Amino acid sequence: MTDKPSRTGTIIKVAGPLVVATGMKNAKMFEVARIGDERLVGEIIRLNGDEAAIQVYEETAGIGPGEPVELTGDTMTVDLGPGLLTSIYDGIQRPLSAIEKEVGPFITRGVEVKALDRDKKWDLKAVAKAGDKVTGGDVLGTVQETTLIEHKVMVPPHISGKLKEITGGKFTIEDVFAKIEDEDGKTHDIIMLQKWPIRIPRPIQEKKVPNMPLKTGGRSIDTFFTLAKGGAAAIPGPFGAGKTVTQQSLAKFCDAQIIVYIGCGERGNEMTEVLVEFPHLEDPNTGEPLMKRTILIANTSNMPVAAREASVYTGITIAEYYRDMGYDIALMADSTSRWAEAMREMGGRLEEMPGEEGYPAYLASKIAAFYERAGYVDCLGSDNREGTLSVIGAVSPPGGDFSEPVTQNTLRVTKTFWGLDSKLAYARHYPAINWLTSYTLYADNIEGYLKKEVAEDFPLLRNEAMDLLQKEAKLEELVRLVGADSLSNAEQLLLLVAKSLREDFLFQNAFDPEDARTPIRKQYLMLKTILTIAHAAEDLLDKENFEIDDLKKLEVLQEVARVKEIPADDEAAFEKLMGRVQKDISALA
Amino acid sequence: MQKQFKTVKDIVGPLAFVELPEGEKVTYEELVIITLSDGEERLGKVLEANKGLAVVQLFESPQGIATDGAKARFLGHTFELGVSEDMLGRTFNGRGVPIDGGPAIIAEKKLDINGNPMNPTSREMPDDFIQTGISTIDSLNTLVRGQKLPIFSGSGLPHNKLAAQIARQATVQGKDGGNFAIVFAAMGVPFEEAQYFINEFKKTGAIENSVLFINTADNPVIERIATPRLALTAAEYLAFEKGMHVLVIYTDVTNYCEALREVSAARKEVPGRGGFPGYMYTDLATLYERAGRIQGKEGSVTQIPVMTMPNDDKTHPIIDLTGYITEGQIVLGRDLHKKGIYPPVAVLPSLSRLMGKGQGEGKTREDHSGLIGQLFAAYAYGLEMRELAVILGESSLSETDQSYLKFADEFEKVFVNQGETNRDIKDSLNHGWDLLKILPRTELKRVKKDLVDKYMK
Repeated sequence: MTDKPSRTGTIIKVAGPLVVATGMKNAKMFEVARIGDERLVGEIIRLNGDEAAIQVYEETAGIGPGEPVELTGDTMTVDLGPGLLTSIYDGIQRPLSAIEKEVGPFITRGVEVKALDRDKKWDLKAVAKAGDKVTGGDVLGTVQETTLIEHKVMVPPHISGKLKEITGGKFTIEDVFAKIEDEDGKTHDIIMLQKWPIRIPRPIQEKKVPNMPLKTGGRSIDTFFTLAKGGAAAIPGPFGAGKTVTQQSLAKFCDAQIIVYIGCGERGNEMTEVLVEFPHLEDPNTGEPLMKRTILIANTSNMPVAAREASVYTGITIAEYYRDMGYDIALMADSTSRWAEAMREMGGRLEEMPGEEGYPAYLASKIAAFYERAGYVDCLGSDNREGTLSVIGAVSPPGGDFSEPVTQNTLRVTKTFWGLDSKLAYARHYPAINWLTSYTLYADNIEGYLKKEVAEDFPLLRNEAMDLLQKEAKLEELVRLVGADSLSNAEQLLLLVAKSLREDFLFQNAFDPEDARTPIRKQYLMLKTILTIAHAAEDLLDKENFEIDDLKKLEVLQEVARVKEIPADDEAAFEKLMGRVQKDISALA
Repeated sequence: MQKQFKTVKDIVGPLAFVELPEGEKVTYEELVIITLSDGEERLGKVLEANKGLAVVQLFESPQGIATDGAKARFLGHTFELGVSEDMLGRTFNGRGVPIDGGPAIIAEKKLDINGNPMNPTSREMPDDFIQTGISTIDSLNTLVRGQKLPIFSGSGLPHNKLAAQIARQATVQGKDGGNFAIVFAAMGVPFEEAQYFINEFKKTGAIENSVLFINTADNPVIERIATPRLALTAAEYLAFEKGMHVLVIYTDVTNYCEALREVSAARKEVPGRGGFPGYMYTDLATLYERAGRIQGKEGSVTQIPVMTMPNDDKTHPIIDLTGYITEGQIVLGRDLHKKGIYPPVAVLPSLSRLMGKGQGEGKTREDHSGLIGQLFAAYAYGLEMRELAVILGESSLSETDQSYLKFADEFEKVFVNQGETNRDIKDSLNHGWDLLKILPRTELKRVKKDLVDKYMK
């Protein structure tokens, strides 16, 4: 793995994923070590004079004191280059399909496989010319990685100088295809493969304020609790509330160009589901199989706990690499609570002083640093590319109690909050995003975009609808005490419209191919149709001969209830329905 | 190579600290036998391997072990279970030793009871419908082969009866019923409960196709930590090497977790919620995640773990962590039980995450998913109306709302309360349609119109 002289120590203690070794004077923090006779992968997390504490990414049963520990000189890195897309990796970027080939359906230990295929030849088109002055991030050539994504082969971040030579053609990721001479006259061989330490963010030119929505096709999310491209969202909820279904819907339908999906300490069958489904599902934006824009990191709950800690960093580093090419990336981490628990477990074994609920004191800063790697950025390089990395983290609070440390620390750094509610889930109202507690702080940033691209009055209608829902919640309490009959006409109208908003707009079936994804323009039209009821009836409320019960019996309301069935491109049908609502209601008085 | 050392230094609860001579090596998770001065043997495993000192977790009672005269023997391998097809029809204790008076098992091979994680790329998506004959499960919370679906119950509720009924009815059904096996593990349950299952299996003849691991309440606490792992090792062997469809039922996970806590406390670890160790999620996952199917292999492992919710509290750490790992849950409700409804499945908080895979044309029936969406929504609303009726009086509800109220009552009486009968899935669905007739036709918004016309007769 390295050309430095190998240095070895000896194990003196093994306790679960924690190994302590002595004779480690030369070790560096976060250096990768090979543990025991089986050469398990581990990372140094504490140095104490001659002793080093190592977190081991594989099962340690059968390892004992006296066995050797070998330092590799490298820190924990990922391989970056063509071939990442469509792959499924474990938490430390070992391809699971290669592991399967080597050891069968159960994952054993000490398997050494490369993250990227070293033999495959890629067709590289040179973009830069010999003699060009290049800096880190400049695109040297392109490779068609999948039919969807053109992989940009970039100058590694810390190299700049004059491009001495470059050739296109068929290369493996380790073949030298270009040479760069830096200012000191030193020549660097450039290969497609880059390595990057997972715990260090990849450099950018500068961060910008997100101003475009990430369109997800989810009505509740896009209309009310929008996430901006380059923003971060938290989605906490008790079990069974639909975190995973929501995350998977986002992965399927959002308009990012590349999806990195991290299954961190979750169910094996869920990852299998993604693996089985995605190759057959079409990307709604291009019609190609979804898998071609997807990278999966699967460290399921029964896989080693330390690798779970690493998996979120592995995922986000890969995501940053594609962001650097100028793409829009969406990263889903399901679930960050398992990541935090992995930190707690290691902290406990290291006998650190625990903070809140046994979590280590550095929990808050680690969570903040992770979400801060999201962003809308000017990429490194001289061609002013822009890229975005949106991060959506699921949180699994114990008992569904949002006051616990992981949820709270996450909410402090994410600007969008989709709070899932078990009550809604019990009534099978999906997505179970509670509209009273959820919020987005990006609404102002993206208002300009919505006005320009969707409709001038969209933000206004959105606020009106939200206001109705808030008022409904208050009225509901009153209804519980006095019954619906004693409410005024205006209040009954409000309940009627709010019910329609809930049942016909917010309720969305993720398993119905038609309903699962609604384009944002259609969302606007649906919302407008429903609110037309309120607008049309408003003027009638004070008239003497107006009976709210007549309104409730109107046939046209049944049609509004099926407004989601109108095809997205049939705007005339929406207009027609709105006209009829207006006409039929006006005729009541 | 076996090494024997004389120096058992300290004994703290279920832990023994064994001093090792200079240069001697033990490994993590290695199996240990501690021999008492009178020749009696106790089994344990290495929890922490230090230079010069091993922390050993005993699977049996520490009673009678003296620091003086006890000898520790390290076996050089982890806890293994000898498996063979002859295990079918046999009963073992929580350490895998036969207790039915029969001969010892001649092992075809020995397997590490911890198993290895199944590679997600090798898994096959579970999508074969298992008919349990219980309406609330088959139609509303469909179980599929390779799923893990726990029963969340409370003290005094009939979870054992339900688990036994599922085992009985699920075995009879299916095109390859003959290739069906049950692995049952009892962890810290009273003798009578364990005996109930044994008798049930004997009565129906299922015992021939069953492997039983019994650790009753008076057996050593720490043995419980090994018991489910033995059961799952046997299950994996039968499923993936012998091509059988294995249903694993283990009860009671609450006792298992308490055993974990006991060990953790003895080690003076930093406790998590409720005093349970911080790694309990990972530990439970290493049990539950052993359910599944593998591409290209015939068999499957389906799990129904049973646990009692302390004080009926669904947010209790054991229940909570389980819910985050398993693919849904069947929740039993005390109020239903008190009304004399059996099985008292609380429909709303119950959930099967994989039910979409087992439903629909060719598996159950085309109207399945639409129908149950409507049933759920109507029942949820009906319960709300029931609450409202308590405050306002039934007469103050609108006509439609009153029909919902009636629906909720009938739903519990007819659909949920099926007793110990075995209902075909089509029968269950038809019952559902019958009940929907109580509601005005215009209220059926969740199900497509043509299905209503076709099935609501």
